[in-house]
Amino acid sequence: MSVTLTKSKPGALEEVPLIKGNQTFRSITEKISEITERKTALTWVLLFSLAASVALLFFAQIGYLFWEGIGIWGLQNPVGWGWAIVNFVFWVGIGHAGTLISAVLFLFRQKWRTSINRFAEAMTIFAVIVALVFPGIHVGRVWVAYFMFPLPNQMQMWPNFRSPLLWDIFAVGTYFTVSLMFWYTGLIPDLATLRDRAKTRLRKITMGILALGWRGGNKQWKHYEMAYLLLAGLSTPLVLSVHSVVSTDFATSIIPGWHTTIFPPYFVAGAIFSGFAMVLTLAIIARKAYGLENIITIQHFEKMNKIIMVTGMMVGYAYGMEFFIAWYSGNEYEKFAFINRAFGPYAWAYWIMITCNVLIPQLYWSKKMRTSVPVMFTISIFVNIGMWFERFVITVTSLANDYLPSSWDYYSPTIFDIGLLIGSFGLFFSLFLLFIRFLPMISMAEVKGVLPQADPHHYEGEAHHG
Amino acid sequence: MAQIFPKWTNKLPLVVLIAVLGFLTSAVGLFWYFGSPKYTDVGYRPVQPVAYSHKLHAGDLGMDCRYCHTDVERSAHANIPSTQTCMNCHTLVKTDSEKMLPVRESWANKEPIEWVRVHNVPDYAYFDHSAHLNAGVGCESCHGNVAAMEIVELKQTLSMGWCLDCHRAPQQHLRPQDQLTVMNWAAPVNQAEFAALMIKTKNIKPPVDCSGCHR
Ligand code: HEC
Ligand code: HEC
Ligand code: HEC
Ligand code: HEC
Ligand code: HEC
Repeated sequence: MSVTLTKSKPGALEEVPLIKGNQTFRSITEKISEITERKTALTWVLLFSLAASVALLFFAQIGYLFWEGIGIWGLQNPVGWGWAIVNFVFWVGIGHAGTLISAVLFLFRQKWRTSINRFAEAMTIFAVIVALVFPGIHVGRVWVAYFMFPLPNQMQMWPNFRSPLLWDIFAVGTYFTVSLMFWYTGLIPDLATLRDRAKTRLRKITMGILALGWRGGNKQWKHYEMAYLLLAGLSTPLVLSVHSVVSTDFATSIIPGWHTTIFPPYFVAGAIFSGFAMVLTLAIIARKAYGLENIITIQHFEKMNKIIMVTGMMVGYAYGMEFFIAWYSGNEYEKFAFINRAFGPYAWAYWIMITCNVLIPQLYWSKKMRTSVPVMFTISIFVNIGMWFERFVITVTSLANDYLPSSWDYYSPTIFDIGLLIGSFGLFFSLFLLFIRFLPMISMAEVKGVLPQADPHHYEGEAHHG
Repeated sequence: MAQIFPKWTNKLPLVVLIAVLGFLTSAVGLFWYFGSPKYTDVGYRPVQPVAYSHKLHAGDLGMDCRYCHTDVERSAHANIPSTQTCMNCHTLVKTDSEKMLPVRESWANKEPIEWVRVHNVPDYAYFDHSAHLNAGVGCESCHGNVAAMEIVELKQTLSMGWCLDCHRAPQQHLRPQDQLTVMNWAAPVNQAEFAALMIKTKNIKPPVDCSGCHR
């Protein structure tokens, strides 16, 4: 192949435009700002009331938990880690897509991220907030939750710096802070747009405060872009570190089925898998509800589906590898743990997990399935269910049947276990609904950047626009 | 477009930042000071049902602590004397004293006096008087100069950090076995040598691992 030095348009291979419907800068601004400016729709009010009631239930149950203690959960002797941990890992996992989309895809110059990154980041932040509730409440005596932090105290006691549980707090805390900063930095130009469009004085002032004096001058953009790049660089390692550390909570203990080195990459893949599924679920609904078909196109969905398929297969590979190592290691406890997972008392959970995470995403091999909205919506929900069960299988099966058969027991949740899981969705959706109602759910500034108008260059072999 | 905010608001973020930082540091500082047992617990001095004075009995009359707290060297708990112990003397002295009324009633009804507890370590921490006294730690190290108190008062925090401070370096607190109950005790010049000798001969090893106290 000869190297020709003609300048070709970047991304010339991509035939399909990212944004459809012949959008202009103005139409994008109109479309997205308008959602936050119009009168509150009745459906929104109804949905929010529902979500907020469930969230209220969540807090009421937490109140009862503080009063009564963690005995209200189904925890018993061998299974000392129950749904609270399962839910924590589930929500932290969901929180992974945001940073992957916003930071990693940004560094790889994947322009298609612009339509969904705001969305995904917001989801990340809310998911991490929900996740953080669980370690907070699972200690039972919340007033001593500060023991988890390295603070000087009357006991002269420090957390064990060799324990992954401490690093878990640091990792999730860092992740939350950086994600929040990243999200907010990205919001600033759009908040300024909202401020400039504001009609009432109150809205002018609130948006003005939130926009932190953004004017959109050249110098501001220069600093802004540098800050954004740096934050992206800072968040990228976090995508890998957070769930790796979460996985070591399990992997450093000597419980069969937990004590494996594959855990960190396996957890990270699973987290991205579940995170993308959740972004997809939410994006499909919001896109339909607010008529954003031109900005979030089928092409976006297809790309996300491909990622779901790839990470789903990575997770499937890990499931298989666990079995292989259990056999190959010759360790009979390890062997038992896995045979017990697949055929023991929790086999039902195991096969739900395999079906949802490994089998169902295989449908995505077909382009027709990948681009069909009803199909992907259903699959995304299955993936979420499957990933919850993955954490359940890991946590509960290993604990319920460990080395000492005399202490084996069957774990069953109580109404409060179930209630807190449902309630956590209430909190998550309340926050999310508030977000899509009051903040621009798509990054206007960045979507404008990928419109053809934003690249007013003359490329060889292209007709002059005069 | 008209300006929404006047110019001075440019300084606002900085002011807010400083205020937030200031608030956080003072919150931590206030909690650190007012939340510590040094502030909340030390100086606790409940009113007792009988106006019994350690200053009078252990100080002025010079009674040994072990006359009343008889089991302190043998058991985990230093016992509070029974009414009988008081009556050993008070059938003869101050027999019609107003202040002694509850003691005489208790004696007549055979019902113990309900003293209010001053020192209390939570049940999840194990404390044993006999181990400390046999190692040569005097009452004063932990209770202060009781013989000078009208009413017993908490002098030390009894916090875990306090226990550990001594466990890590008990040298200054080790005394000869016959001086355990002496108040206002001053360490002799050769305390370091004496302590080293004691630690060696008695094999004194205060526990600093968690299970030493949280059994
Ligand atoms: C005449 C008997 C008597 C003698 C002697 C005596 N005590 Fe007491 N002590 C009591 C009684 C009675 C109480 C309970 C009432 C109170 O707390 O004042 C008590 C309480 C105490 C307490 C508080 C216990 C708590 O509730 O936490 C301490 C500490 C104490 N004594 C130390 C000493 C020391 C040290 C000495 C020697 C210097 C001593 N006592 C001598 C009778 C005596
Ligand atoms: C060794 C003998 C002795 C014992 C044992 C003893 N006391 Fe006394 N107590 C005295 C003497 C002597 C006085 C009077 C001192 C004086 O003359 O002021 C006194 C005074 C008192 C007074 C003050 C009475 C007044 O009116 O001023 C009270 C109260 C008292 N004792 C309570 C007790 C209690 C309670 C106990 C048991 C824990 C007890 N004492 C044990 C010898 C004793
Ligand atoms: C090493 C520190 C230490 C020394 C030394 C010590 N105590 Fe105590 N004492 C304590 C602590 C701590 C408590 C609270 C114990 C508890 O709550 O179980 C206590 C409690 C007591 C009590 C209340 C009853 C009880 O045991 O709970 C009495 C009385 C008492 N001490 C007397 C004495 C006397 C008398 C001496 C000296 C002979 C002495 N103590 C030496 C630390 C000490
Ligand atoms: C003033 C010094 C001092 C203080 C304060 C002190 N200790 Fe000790 N402790 C000692 C010494 C010295 C020993 C060593 C005894 C030995 O090795 O024979 C000891 C031993 C012990 C032991 C081991 C006893 C055994 O049976 O082996 C326990 C438990 C203990 N301390 C608990 C505590 C607790 C709890 C506190 C705080 C409430 C405390 N100590 C405060 C000096 C202290
Ligand atoms: C020398 C005895 C001693 C040793 C050793 C010790 N502790 Fe303690 N600990 C105590 C005492 C006494 C308290 C109660 C303090 C109080 O009343 O505020 C306590 C309180 C605590 C508490 C507070 C519990 C609560 O609910 O407030 C924790 C947690 C704790 N210890 C953990 C540890 C750990 C972890 C270790 C080992 C690294 C340890 N302790 C070693 C004596 C000890």
